[in-house]
Amino acid sequence: MTKDKLQIDQKLYKILEGVSDPEIPVLSIMDMGVVRSAVIENDIVKIEITPTYSGCPAMDVIGDDIKRAMQKAGYIAEVDLILHPAWTTDWITPRGRKALEDYGIAAPLDEEADKSVLLEGKQLVKCPQCGSTNTKMISQFGSTACKAQFQCNDCQEPFDYFKCLK
Amino acid sequence: MKNKNLYNYILGIADNSLILGQRLGELCGHGPSLETDIACTNMSLDLLGQVRSYYQYAAKIAEDGRTEDDIAMLRKEREYFNVLLVEQPNTDFGYTMARQFLFDVYHFLMLTELEKSTDLNLSAIAKKSIKEVSYHKRFSSDWIKRLGDGTEESHSRIQTAINDLWTYTDELFHQTEADKVMVAEGVGVDVTKLKDAYYEEVNAILEEATLSVPESKYFQKGGKQGIHTEHMGYLLADLQYMQRTYPNMEW
Repeated sequence: MTKDKLQIDQKLYKILEGVSDPEIPVLSIMDMGVVRSAVIENDIVKIEITPTYSGCPAMDVIGDDIKRAMQKAGYIAEVDLILHPAWTTDWITPRGRKALEDYGIAAPLDEEADKSVLLEGKQLVKCPQCGSTNTKMISQFGSTACKAQFQCNDCQEPFDYFKCLK
Repeated sequence: MKNKNLYNYILGIADNSLILGQRLGELCGHGPSLETDIACTNMSLDLLGQVRSYYQYAAKIAEDGRTEDDIAMLRKEREYFNVLLVEQPNTDFGYTMARQFLFDVYHFLMLTELEKSTDLNLSAIAKKSIKEVSYHKRFSSDWIKRLGDGTEESHSRIQTAINDLWTYTDELFHQTEADKVMVAEGVGVDVTKLKDAYYEEVNAILEEATLSVPESKYFQKGGKQGIHTEHMGYLLADLQYMQRTYPNMEW
């Protein structure tokens, strides 16, 4: 259940990059930081992934998608779910953050900013539609476990904010 | 089973989350507003996700061929060790939030200690879960304050809910036989030591919410030994319906 070091076989990297989160299709699982290791042992690919949230229903789908992608590339893959170290939003790559923004989901701020945004209503979250920071939180919980609901006071668009998790 | 105490200890923790998750899940499509509906089902999803990790681990220890699903779905009422608090019904949104708040404060304190467990699986689950539970606690505490410091109607209803559910709080700090063995081994959390911090935190938030702290010293217990309130049977009937009707079905 635990793993401290990131270990990715470069041959597998490209294949894994083609797999995305079914709930956020623009975000590759590599950019999301959920793949903790990918190695080839005796012709079998062994991959370890870690959930963003414990109950994230996307994890089972991601596991199946990885196996399918590996099969296409001629590998037999085993996928294991590990819990430690626990995933944090820091593992989303800069490219991943940009993909989120382009898709209309505000990327996570740091933990302190997150607290003040979610608790004190400070205006720091940027609207992914018009770029204004004049936004308000509608709900701490959103369309999936990893998001909160926001609305832009300027363009009035509601949008998802990817909650900071550390 | 080689380690019956560890198995029972894991169930003691996991069953709380399973049963509370089931109660919150009942609000799917029935929440008082879209946002609270989504919040309650999100919390339910977190809890059920945590439960899967615990039961997968328990299934490994059980060594009798049962899977996580069997453990979750196919036990009898007396074999569930959750505290009475979490099985109490969603009488109204006040009760739902009061139950959540009274559990979340405990849950957070317990996980903070479980993170230090010498059992690496349990500490990994705790480290993962606590991040989610901190969101739950924030949400339920906010609602206690909003309802308490809201209208006359909301104030009186949340006070009634707190008063009613108060009787189930003391049980959170009772030790089972499995608890005692696991604490001695450095695996388990000594819940008796969480009591002071718990009431201190709960009372402070009640005060901020302009609510009074119940004075009753009459407390209910039994859940940790499998002796449940009258609500549990109905809850399990709902929870277990599919597995009982279509044995071995998978999602």
